[in-house]
Amino acid sequence: MSDTSLSALAAQLAAKQISSRELAQQYLDRIAALNPSINAFITVDAHKTLAEAADADALIAAGKAGPLTGVPIAHKDIFCTHGWLTTCGSKMLHNFVAPYDAHVIQRFKAAGMPSLGKTNMDEFAMGSSNETSYFGAVRNPWNTGYVPGGSSGGAAACVAARMAPAATGTDTGGSIRQPAALCGITGLKPTYGLVSRFGMIAFASSLDQAGPMAPSAKDCALLLNVMTGFDPNDSTSLERQKEDYTRDLDKPLTGLRVGLPREFFAEGLNNEVAAAVEAAVAELKRLGATTVEISLANSGLAIPVYYVLAPAEASSNLSRFDGVRYGYRAPEYATLDDMYCKTRAQGFGAEVRRRIMIGAYVLSHGYYDAYYLQAQKIRRLIADDFSEAFEACDIILGPTAPGTAFRLGEKSDDPVEMYLNDLYTIPANLAGLPGMSLPCGFDSSGLPIGLQLVGNYFSEAKMLNVAHQFQRATDWHARAPEGLR
Amino acid sequence: MSQALTQDDVKRIARLARIEIDDAQAQATQAQLNAIFDLIATMQAVNTDGIAPMAHAQEVYQRLRDDDVTETDRHAAFQSVAPAVENGLYLVPKVIE
Repeated sequence: MSDTSLSALAAQLAAKQISSRELAQQYLDRIAALNPSINAFITVDAHKTLAEAADADALIAAGKAGPLTGVPIAHKDIFCTHGWLTTCGSKMLHNFVAPYDAHVIQRFKAAGMPSLGKTNMDEFAMGSSNETSYFGAVRNPWNTGYVPGGSSGGAAACVAARMAPAATGTDTGGSIRQPAALCGITGLKPTYGLVSRFGMIAFASSLDQAGPMAPSAKDCALLLNVMTGFDPNDSTSLERQKEDYTRDLDKPLTGLRVGLPREFFAEGLNNEVAAAVEAAVAELKRLGATTVEISLANSGLAIPVYYVLAPAEASSNLSRFDGVRYGYRAPEYATLDDMYCKTRAQGFGAEVRRRIMIGAYVLSHGYYDAYYLQAQKIRRLIADDFSEAFEACDIILGPTAPGTAFRLGEKSDDPVEMYLNDLYTIPANLAGLPGMSLPCGFDSSGLPIGLQLVGNYFSEAKMLNVAHQFQRATDWHARAPEGLR
Repeated sequence: MSQALTQDDVKRIARLARIEIDDAQAQATQAQLNAIFDLIATMQAVNTDGIAPMAHAQEVYQRLRDDDVTETDRHAAFQSVAPAVENGLYLVPKVIE
């Protein structure tokens, strides 16, 4: 497979140069060869994948194929997938075979895209390194001694290692963009409400949003066309006209106003990352863009605000895991209460227990106003900063993460140090804005660097336009790790 | 506000969260939670008088649907993934003597 872009694969399928079964088998072979060293997948089921691919071949033969019919995709193990183990990276759900499909899964099935399996992730999407998974850490394909980022670490790693042409991810505080940056791929978190959360195991419901992860912006646009759309089963799903996210890809960037938030280029940013992002800015200027310095004055408060709001919502969402209706139950207990406490102590990992406890505390009597309400008020200040910034610019640009991938184990004992990875990604989640990460270089150790774009509400087509034009002028996104075995 | 959590506080929070915790775990958790609350404390200095809290990214209202039965009976499928079920009922330890 030389050109593995989604449009190239779809063209080969349409021209009957390859069948969906053959294509799926090629990826399954690569997964079998590489997964033992990368650990990007929790569940692979060749029989199910090939059956779905055979269905896609039937659609193609009958002339009923859509734009991506027959192209396989990997799904983050946070999406309930009928008949597939769906663990959310947790011992709590180590035995949970989902009895229904998440809306996102339904849409990919309807598009005729076979599933290559379920990708590894930080437990309940809580983590920035994929080290909190009950199923073991994922390794970065660019250097297997390093983390892939998280929480969609398996998704990013499998795309980077070309074990899948594309993957789904979810992003609550950076979980699509940060691993995309650390693994050298493109990932997009849509405007909150564009993609249904139905059947997506909830972490922080006011922030969670699913999105596409693939080598290029064009691939992401095609995937977004599949994923978005109104769903009555999600109370926050937005009723909007369906868009074609590929429509603006080829527009020139002449006159584009790029906002550079001074807070994103301040202390704490790695020099090599800063240099690569500045080079990307220079490239966009060559393509016709102009730059304007902007300020997101309250963005420094995003991490404290997030670590109140997300755990508060998580402590509520994860109360459903009690050993009664699904998943793990402690083997020994005396009373019902004892069963709850033992099940949750044994079923959840350390980071998840920590966040549930933070949430329980900030919502508890006497602390609600000082923590939860204060955080919600600052959330508005952060969102207002963005509204003001978008009066002066069309798109906001900066680094995705303060550094490149770090060594396995390097930050796993220090939660606060780990949390700082999401410094630049969390503000967009709090505001509900779309954000994306795309590759813009490598550091001196050969590890990828990610460039972040944040757009105004519903400006995904514009962001993809900017990213696609950048990717036409550069080849960072086309590079893949070599020598993988 | 940013008074450090004691080990008893940690045990009380664990109790609220229905997570069993022993003394050694409470001690380790205490230090980590205090470091996290130190980070969170930077929020307290911000003047938010007159700012309306933002609960959600979009100002949307709960949709209403027609009061019709739309779900099919799938209790057998849903209960097939439960730890203990008998005669269509979830089994838990006795709560009423």
